[in-house]
Amino acid sequence: MVFSPTRRTFLTAGLVGAAPLVLSGCDVFGLAQSQGVNDALGSSEDLARHVQRLLGGEALAPEFEEAEMSPVFRTNGNTMPADSAYQALAQRNFAGFSLAVDGLVERPMQFTLAEIMAMPSRTQITRHDCVEGWSAIGKWTGVPLARLLDQTGLKQDARYVVFHCADDFSGSKYYESIDLDAAHHPQTILAYGMNDAPLPIGHGAPLRLRVERQLGYKQAKFVMRIEAVASLDSLGAGRGGYWEDAIGYDWYAGI
Amino acid sequence: MTDTGFGVDANLQDDAKSGGPTVVYRHRLATRVWHWTNVVTLFIMLMSGLTIFNAHPRLYWGQYGANNDHAWLQIGSADNRGYLRVGDTTVDTTGVLGRWTSASGNTVNRAFPYWATIPSSYNLAVARHWHLFFAWIFAFGILLYALWSVVSRHLTRDLLPTRKEIAPAHILHDVAQHARLRFPKGEAARHYNVLQKLSYCGVLLVLLPAVVLTGLTMSPTMNAAWPFLLDIFGGRQSARSIHFIAATLLVLFILVHVAMVVLAGPINEIRSMITGRYRLPKE
Repeated sequence: MVFSPTRRTFLTAGLVGAAPLVLSGCDVFGLAQSQGVNDALGSSEDLARHVQRLLGGEALAPEFEEAEMSPVFRTNGNTMPADSAYQALAQRNFAGFSLAVDGLVERPMQFTLAEIMAMPSRTQITRHDCVEGWSAIGKWTGVPLARLLDQTGLKQDARYVVFHCADDFSGSKYYESIDLDAAHHPQTILAYGMNDAPLPIGHGAPLRLRVERQLGYKQAKFVMRIEAVASLDSLGAGRGGYWEDAIGYDWYAGI
Repeated sequence: MTDTGFGVDANLQDDAKSGGPTVVYRHRLATRVWHWTNVVTLFIMLMSGLTIFNAHPRLYWGQYGANNDHAWLQIGSADNRGYLRVGDTTVDTTGVLGRWTSASGNTVNRAFPYWATIPSSYNLAVARHWHLFFAWIFAFGILLYALWSVVSRHLTRDLLPTRKEIAPAHILHDVAQHARLRFPKGEAARHYNVLQKLSYCGVLLVLLPAVVLTGLTMSPTMNAAWPFLLDIFGGRQSARSIHFIAATLLVLFILVHVAMVVLAGPINEIRSMITGRYRLPKE
């Protein structure tokens, strides 16, 4: 018997074919825009963080050969902070710059760029992954964050390290935060060099955080001050970073 | 009792003598639950995935890839036209890809249109929440079903083609029959035909594992934990490309799958995926 399509066949096909349109057309009945639903779905981030930490432990992010580096490492985010104090520092090649490390530390300290560059450094060729999907491989030289925290010491109740930056989006200064595991990871550095040259302003001079197992928006540029805190609740809107507060990106950002 | 070839030996209603239809127990509970879970999760994964693609509508091969690097695929807009470029070939896709009109009548320059994405207006943070939440259900569903298929012998008895079936002559014969919309009837419809077996094995054993593993390969923390993932797929940007290609092939599978269900008798087919009971088409 040869199959002959009936009217019912076409109706069924039409209904099945229209299903995704209906789904999207009503935005899954408004669910996709609901804050409650979005928060509930976002909670899977905690699961991802715990599972990935379990699987990865202190494992290092992959490091690459010089031949594998991106020919052009694009900039993104802010490429020149509008802050006048920053611009004055930049004009003097950051000669007057000093990094403040304070908050829940035993000994609040200021580090000049020369002092930071005199400390033992780490150079790593790593991949930078933007949350939007692109990747670029570059060479970063800087001081391990753990070295600075060793000098200042951390108080017992310190849980997070916050990075306060010179750049802003519509008047709101950029900030990011990481937990102590990430802060003590050997590849977590404050970079002052990139691709065998001083870190360019477009990439965050004088200091840029590299936290290699996380996405691009965690790699805070133009770091002016580091603060150890017990909780992220009083930072910005309480989600731990500028983009986390502004548009709801995940704080963990490991995937 | 007759062996249906689908695990459970049961002829629920063998009215062959009285001339009535033969009903067999075709799909076991695990298959049915997984199937309908996938109907939901796969659509959410695909549509939220397109929003994530829209954030950077370019694909690359290798470890790195950004705007200054060569993209083998790109969706964009130029001179008030939308386009899809694959390699050196550019197709005008105005209205569908690259440049289209939103539900409220605005012209939007973005890769995939609002009706194909979750959420319908571009929001990367929300799309990632949907994608990364349902990824758990999707991935563990695949893992559990694959394990069940091995343990229950569903894989070896029902899904893997026999040596006789993968003979080129046999496959060509089945292709010719399908092209004429002549589907197996009666006893021949008790088992999956070779084209079904190859499609289902391709999806279960190749596409679904590939889409999950390439998804994991895009995670920088997973790259630290399981660096071999980068070696398997040739880099994070290659993994992103393969993720997109595998998803596209899954869409193709869904289209053909739904077309076949409709052509083969949608009521009987859909009912069999709900109750498990399938009426063998009469000879």
